[in-house]
This record gives sequence, structure tokens and C-alpha cells, in this order.
Amino acid sequence: MEHVLQQIGIDQYIYLSIILFSIGAFGILYRRNAIVMFMSIEIMLNAANLLLVAFSNYHEDANGQVFVFFTMAVAAAEVAIGLAILVAIYRNIGSIDIDKLKNLKG
Amino acid sequence: MIEILFYILSAVTLGSAFLTILSKNPIHSAIWLVVCFFSIAGHYALLNSQFLAMVHIIVYSGAIMILMLFTIMLMNLNISDEVSKPVVTKIVATVCFCLIGFFLVSALAQTAPTLETYTNTGVDFQSIQVLGKVLLNEFVLPFEMAAVLLLMAMIGAVLISKKDKKTA
Amino acid sequence: MSTTILLLTLIFPLVGTLINGFWGKHLSKKVSGAIATLAIAASFVISCIFFAYIQGSQEPVKVVLFEWMKFNYFTIDFGFYFDQLAALWLLFITGIGTLIHLYSTSYMHDDENFSTFFTYLNFFVFFMLILVTGSNLAMMFIGWEGVGLCSYLLIGFWYKNQDYNNAAKKAFIMNRIGDLGFLIGIFVTGYLFHTLDFVALQEQSYLAPTLGIATMAFFIAATGKSAQLPLYTWLPDAMAGPTPVSALIHAATMVTAGIFMITRLNFLFDLTPDVQHIIAVIGAITSLMAATIALVQNDIKKVLAYSTVSQLGLMFLALGLGAYEVAVFHVITHAFFKACLFLGSGSVIHAIGGEQDMRHMGGLRKHMKVTYLTFFISTLAISGFPPLSGFFSKDEILLTAFHHNIVLWIIASLASILTAFYMFRLLFLTFFNNFRGTKEQADHLHESPSVMTLPLIILAVLAAVGGLISIPGNSWLNEFLKPVIKNNAASHPHVLGTTEYLLMGLAVVGALVGLFIAYAKYIKNKQVPVNDNNVSGLQKLFVNKYYLDEIYQAIIVQPLNFFGSFFKNQIDGLINGIVLSFGRVPSELSYQGKKAQNGNIGLYLFAFVIGVCGLLYYLFMCY
Repeated sequence: MEHVLQQIGIDQYIYLSIILFSIGAFGILYRRNAIVMFMSIEIMLNAANLLLVAFSNYHEDANGQVFVFFTMAVAAAEVAIGLAILVAIYRNIGSIDIDKLKNLKG
Repeated sequence: MIEILFYILSAVTLGSAFLTILSKNPIHSAIWLVVCFFSIAGHYALLNSQFLAMVHIIVYSGAIMILMLFTIMLMNLNISDEVSKPVVTKIVATVCFCLIGFFLVSALAQTAPTLETYTNTGVDFQSIQVLGKVLLNEFVLPFEMAAVLLLMAMIGAVLISKKDKKTA
Repeated sequence: MSTTILLLTLIFPLVGTLINGFWGKHLSKKVSGAIATLAIAASFVISCIFFAYIQGSQEPVKVVLFEWMKFNYFTIDFGFYFDQLAALWLLFITGIGTLIHLYSTSYMHDDENFSTFFTYLNFFVFFMLILVTGSNLAMMFIGWEGVGLCSYLLIGFWYKNQDYNNAAKKAFIMNRIGDLGFLIGIFVTGYLFHTLDFVALQEQSYLAPTLGIATMAFFIAATGKSAQLPLYTWLPDAMAGPTPVSALIHAATMVTAGIFMITRLNFLFDLTPDVQHIIAVIGAITSLMAATIALVQNDIKKVLAYSTVSQLGLMFLALGLGAYEVAVFHVITHAFFKACLFLGSGSVIHAIGGEQDMRHMGGLRKHMKVTYLTFFISTLAISGFPPLSGFFSKDEILLTAFHHNIVLWIIASLASILTAFYMFRLLFLTFFNNFRGTKEQADHLHESPSVMTLPLIILAVLAAVGGLISIPGNSWLNEFLKPVIKNNAASHPHVLGTTEYLLMGLAVVGALVGLFIAYAKYIKNKQVPVNDNNVSGLQKLFVNKYYLDEIYQAIIVQPLNFFGSFFKNQIDGLINGIVLSFGRVPSELSYQGKKAQNGNIGLYLFAFVIGVCGLLYYLFMCY
């Protein structure tokens, strides 16, 4: 079976992950629901992961994929903590609307 | 055939990502995100990284998304709770979306990397066997660190979401 | 002679300082005083040994410890030079220093800062020894500054009295003006000769066109330290310090530093006759002026202070006439009798509980026999009665003046007649007639303890016989100083002809006249000086010290104050405004920027994304 990179080339993957990343950034700015913002962050992370895997294949090197594993581990930890914080916030102010979190203002 | 598969998968990925963000209901967002993750797993499979594809489905679609869905349901969020942002913000967000995409693409164009056509040498570098060896030899220390990190995350999450006895 | 032993001369006082400075508060007064006194006494013993050595061998000892500073064409060593001149000064600094330390252990006994006092006193001796033994001008400058510092500390020793603090500050500032002169002198000398070393300077001194600037600057330095016109006004005020300090620093040792320095550099001064003339004239005028002021002073220590200024003026007269060894001779005899007089006055002040006004004294002869006797001998000595020491030294100055310039001789003679008068006035008012103080004081009158009278006796004996070191015609001192003074005894021959004997006779008659006027006024008529406000005419001028302080106030201090307040109120405000407005701009800007920090996370994220875009632009597209 022919490899996919031989057919479509690495640049297609680059464009794909650029667009995916931009969508993540768009989501962060567009929504004010903290959980959806979290999801946007996951999308951005996945854009980066995708590119890592593509280049790992391109160079035929396992290191890129190992890096993706670690990214996943960190992402899992981040989500666990982040959601715990969100729950705590929700419990305190009854909402996870990001615009209502203005306690940082000096 | 593979080409067509790639384009379909890409379309699904981007479309579901957009729908994740644009859905009013957080639960719908979560569902679309699951779709998005599955399509990314498909990409991985297409790239012949079977192990990674499986792990991705287990971790993202399995663990993380379930966690999110649980949280959403725990908070009992409805569409009515969500107040949409002012129009200005939406316009700005769209502009930013275009801007960052433009900058990334033009950065790529500017640097103009000479991308050689890929040639398959047939070396095995991403089977579970090889990855396992790499992970437990070369990267054993970061691997253990990741384990500790997850443990810490678990403890931290329990601590944070625990109800404070004094205030409760 | 071993250099290590010589350096011990310097180290002993330093060790004394350190012990008293760091542990003085924990030592008992007895131990503290004993350490300080023993430190100086040890220095004195070594000085005596060294004196015996140099008297025999005539070989100066030079010790270079290390290279202190190095410039591209000359170096300054951290070294010491022990020669005949240094030997003389070493002897009387440590000798009189020991006596005064001994005296102070009793005089300062009730003071709470007892150990601090001895710290300063030892420190002073240390710096004074550096001053006289330094091998170059920079080393001398260390000592010069150090003694100035110690003088300041000791004048202001009773720091709780603001007047005393002011006196200390005045002394320090006046000295500072002179020190500037010293520095300029050092710079010019270094520029001209590429060395500051005394030996090297003496070898290569030649007539340089700008040498006059250097010697004039050195002379200005000397007027500051040795209290000559126009910088003498600090010395009378310096009497605010404890009496032993006045005796040691402001009569016997520190104020002679200027004379020491000029004698040390005699080979330079010999090359600039114009400056020498200025020195002679200033010395003579200072001498007369201080003597006239002393006539009307009522404070016992002030009289002695002006007397010191007057005597220093005579020494400068001798220096200006090129008779360096005569000046040195007078320095030595003056150190003896003036230290004795100051310590005697301290004894008197001690006896009547801090009173310094002579109008409230009198009749102390009966109560304080030893003090009276020593005071009397010293008074005779300073007035110039043969065969006491003052007669020989003062007479040599007068002789030298007579040979050079008759006007200077007249001024100097007048000053010494006045000296006789005011000294006997002091003696009569203090020790004769009846006691004029309160009843309480009268009951309290007593002779000082033997620790205080012993130094008095020793100094009185020295004041009596000190003149023997240089009797006219057969001068041991002149021979001894021959290696140091280039132009030795040539410009002032000691041919004892009829004129000379006549002049001596005249001087003695003058002193007698002074004595009898004082006797007539204060013993026979039992006059007591009137209040300062009720005087008129010339006397008023004297009482107000020629209005010199007021003149300085008017022409220096007030313009400076005016400029100071002008700059403070006008210029400072302007500059302040400019500088502050520079500060206000960022402050205003940041106030506007503060509004961006509104706590809205959406805005922060937006800024973050824009930042990422900017970074991408900068990293990949900006070239």
C-alpha cells in the first residue's frame, strides 16, 4: 500500500493544522462559556499533535510520536485540574461565564 | 483512494471543529468535539500510526470528553444560561481568526521550506513494539515524570473540587 | 636601628585606640586610662631610644612598607622617614602626650565617655606621629587629615552642648580650607618634580617658575592648621574641648604641624623669597593681633588660646625669615610652657567646679600651691624672663627679625611685651587677691590630686630648663638639625656683639614693663575687668576680636547663605519642576494604560492573540 504522504504531500497536513489551530483560537475569542473555551484549547493542542505525527512520519522518526504521548498526558492533567477549577468557580459564583470573572481587576 | 479519504477526513475535522464552537448548547459542542477527535484519530490511522490512533481515541474521546460531559451535566448548563457576546466581539474574533491563519500561512510561505517528496524506506519506526522500546529506554525519565504529573493532577483535582467544610 | 622597633612607635597608639575603641566600654576606667597612657609611654621610650641612636649616628632611617599609588611617571610609597626633625617631634609629642594622658586619667575621671576620650586621644597621637614620620607629602597628608579629624572629635567631645558642636564644625571647616591648600600644593609639587618623596625632593629641588604656587598653597595649609591669619578664628573656639585636649592638640602638638611642614620643606621655601616675605609679615601681624585680643579676654582658656595664636605667629615670623631652627626651638619651648599653662588652667577649672571666667577667681595661691608655682614658672617662661626657656627662644626670633627688618622687630617686640602683660594679668587675676566666686565654690577649693600635679611639675621644670638646648653662641639644636635644614644658620649669624646684648636687655625690660603694668593694675588697684558690654574705644575693638568673625560672617557666610537659599528656592524649584514633569509623563501614560487592566479575560486573550500575530510577523516576515 502506498503511503499517504506520497500521495498528498506534507504541505497539505501543514495547512490542515494551521486551519485547525486558527479555529481553536477563534473559539477562544468567540465564546464566553469556559467549558467551550476548554474545548477550543483541546482543538489547538490536537492541531499541534497532528502536525507532530505528520512530521514524525515524514522523517521516519519515532521521537515526534513520543512527544505526542507526553502532550496527551499533559493535556489530560490539564483538563482534570481545569475542570476541577471550573467546578469550584461554578460553586462559588453560580456561573462559568468568563466575563463575570473580573476579580483580577486591580 | 487515500487522497479522497484524506480530504473527507479533513473536511469532517474542520467542520466538526467549527460546529463545536458555534453550537449554542454545550452538550452539542461536546458531541461535535468527539466527532472531531475521531476524525483526527482517522488521520493518525491514515498515517499508519495505529498505536497513536488507539491511544488518542482512548484518551481524548474516552477520558477527556467523558470528563467534560460529566462536568457539563453536573453544572446543568442550558442554552438559556448562555448569553452570547456582543457583535463587536464576534467581529473581532473573526478578524483574529483570519489574521492568525493568514500570519501562519504567510510565515510558511515566507520561509519557503524545500519540502522533498516523501520516499518510503520501509523502516519500522511506529509499531507498538518500537514505540514501547523508545519510550522505556530513551524517554524513561520523562515517562515517569508524566506518571507523577498525572498523579499530582488527580490529587489536585480532588483537593480543588472538594467542598470546603467551613463555607459549605 | 631595627625598623620594626621604630614602627612600634606608631603601632602602640593605634593598638591603644583599637583596644579602647572596641572594648573600652567593658573595661574599668582605671584599666582604660592605663592602657592609653602606657601606649603613649611605650612610644615615648622608643622615641628616646631612636633619639639616642640618631644623635650618635646621624643616619636617618627610611622605611618603605609598600608601593601605595603608581602613576605612569611617578609612584608614591607608603613609607616612613625618621630623621632628626621627626625625632624632635616624636620626642615631644609622645613625651608631652604621656604626661597629658596621665593628667587626663584624673581630669576626665567623672566623664561617662571616659574610654571614648582616650580612644580619640590615642588616635590623635597616632595620626600626629604619621604626620611627622611620613616619608612623602601624601603620607604627611594622611596624618594632616587624621589630626584634623581627631581635633574635630575632641573639640565636640561634649557633644550635648550645641555651642561646642558649632565650635568643632568651625574648626573642621577652617582646617578644610587649609587642607585644600595642602592638596593643591601636593598636586603642583607632583607636577613639577614627579615625586613627592622628601629626600628626592631635596635632591632635585631647583628654581621652577611655578614653585611659588606650591609653597604659597602649603603656607595656606599651614595657616589653617597652625591658626594664622586669616584662618585663626577656629582656635579660640576650639577651647570648647576638654582642657587636656586644648593642651595637647591646640597648644603643644597639632597646631605646630604647619611649622613642621614648612621646616620639612625648607628647601622649597628657600627658593621662593616672595612667599617667605608673606609668611613673615602674616606671622608678625597675627602675633600682634592675637596678643591685643588676649589683653581683654576674661575666659582663662581663651587668653591662653590667643596667646598660642600669638606665639605661633612669632614662629611663622622666624620661618618667614628663613630661621627654621629658631622656629623649631620656639615650638619646643612653647610646647613645654603652654602645655603646663593649659594643664594648670585645667587644674584651676577642676578645682572651682568648671568655672572659666577669671573675674570669678582670685586668691587661689593659698589653696593650690603646686598649681600656682608651676603656673608662675611657665608664665615667667612665656613672658621671656631669663634664664627660663621662653627667653632664649623668643629672643632668637627677635634677634633674627632685627637683622632682617626693623619694622618686623618692632611688631614682634610689641607682641612679646603684650604677652608679658596679659600673662601676668591672667596670673594675678587667678591666683592673687581674694576669691571672688560663690561661697559654695570657696568651700570646695582644693589642690588637684598628684596624678594631675605630677605632669605640671615635670612640664614646669622643662619650661624652666628647656632653653638650654639652644643657648646663643653654643646651640646644640642648630647642630642637630644641620642635616635637615639646607640653609642652616647661614642667614642669621649668632655673633654676640653689643647690639645683641642690648636687644636682649631691651626684651627683658619690655617684659618687666608688662609685668609692672599688670601688677599696678590688678594687684595694687585691685581692678577687675568690667563687663564686655561696658568697654569703649580700642578696647572694644579687642573685645570683639577685630570683628573678624563678623567680617567673615558678612563677606563669606552670608553671601553663601544667600546663594544657597536662592538656589534652593528658585533654581531648585525650576529643576525640580522639569524633572518632575519628566516623571509625570509616564505616570499619566501608565494611568491611561491602567484602564486596559479591566480584569476581562476576553480582552486579555485578545491581546494575547494579537501578540502571537506580532511575534509571528517579527520572527518570519520582518526581513
